[in-house]
Amino acid sequence: MHELSVCQGLMRQVERIAAENGAQSVSKIVLKVGPLSGIEPDLLQHAFTIAREGTVASGAELEVQGGQLVVHCRECGGSGEAAPNRLLCPDCGGWQVDVTEGEELLLMSMDLEE
Amino acid sequence: MCDTCGCNLTPGNAHLADQKTVDVLSGLLDENDHVAAHNREHFERHGVLAVNLMSSPGSGKTSLLEATIEALGGEMKFAVVEGDLETENDAERIRAHGVPAVQITTGQACHLDAHMVHDALHGMDLDGIDVLFIENVGNLVCPASFDLGHHANVILLSVTEGDDKPAKYPVMFRAADLVLLSKADFLDVIDDFDTQKAERHLRELANAAPVLCTSVRRPDSLEPWFAWLRDTAAALRGGAGMIPGRRPASSAPHAEP
Repeated sequence: MHELSVCQGLMRQVERIAAENGAQSVSKIVLKVGPLSGIEPDLLQHAFTIAREGTVASGAELEVQGGQLVVHCRECGGSGEAAPNRLLCPDCGGWQVDVTEGEELLLMSMDLEE
Repeated sequence: MCDTCGCNLTPGNAHLADQKTVDVLSGLLDENDHVAAHNREHFERHGVLAVNLMSSPGSGKTSLLEATIEALGGEMKFAVVEGDLETENDAERIRAHGVPAVQITTGQACHLDAHMVHDALHGMDLDGIDVLFIENVGNLVCPASFDLGHHANVILLSVTEGDDKPAKYPVMFRAADLVLLSKADFLDVIDDFDTQKAERHLRELANAAPVLCTSVRRPDSLEPWFAWLRDTAAALRGGAGMIPGRRPASSAPHAEP
């Protein structure tokens, strides 16, 4: 349940960015959370309802964008989607792959009320 | 209606005029990562190799450290940071071997983070230390998400846990720089742990980390682990830039080890 820790870190960033922009409140926060980020979007939503209390984002909506998991093969050059526990090349089946998409844990944007 | 004179504002949408969207694009763990980078610089200034030890509870992390201290205490100087929800027990076990240890009790937190390690370092003199072990909270889910400023992730998987653990906890095992199949003496009496299968599950996470069978009850089995430790500490002292294997919750891609 480290989602709460991650969410508390998020709220500190949100407070700082809101203050830098002179915002009165935050109405929406958009995150990108990839399938290999180690973060469960549902748990993050629950944690957010706790972490936002008493902050500039106490009335904010949290949008969590998922994403796909894509690997690129260093052996054959193949590329395609994979499952989190089977990071194998979709073409040759090899495991010498790099994950090119799916590890994201990003604060994408915020809607601010001035 | 236009955007120039304000005639596009109606009572229904007036509040939107004071609203703006800002693009941020920053990592959610940037704050932690900043402190982690500071910790890593601190270790490197002292020539200390920092190893993050992770596993399920009870797979033998503290026993491995005790055996390592006993065997290599004459040639290397160690220090240990212990992470548990409660008790000072593990730090006391380490101190009984004459090695400095700081216990972090996390309360309800399921992992260590860079801030906790940073605070623990205030109580620790790193001069003359070769290797700092950070024994993380026993947990195969959360600890891998947090960079502590360490140089390598060592993950223990005891053979009594099941050979499919890497497939069940991919985010954790993907971060391993070295996997130790601990309590390997039990392989003589159990027939449902296949070491090759465990290694295959690890490879299926695109992880090339070495896999070693170890048992603290069979000192010879620890030699390859000691060799890894000597080589890795020497590489760091030799100036090799070192970062842990893929830390999953990272916004920036890590270089291959």
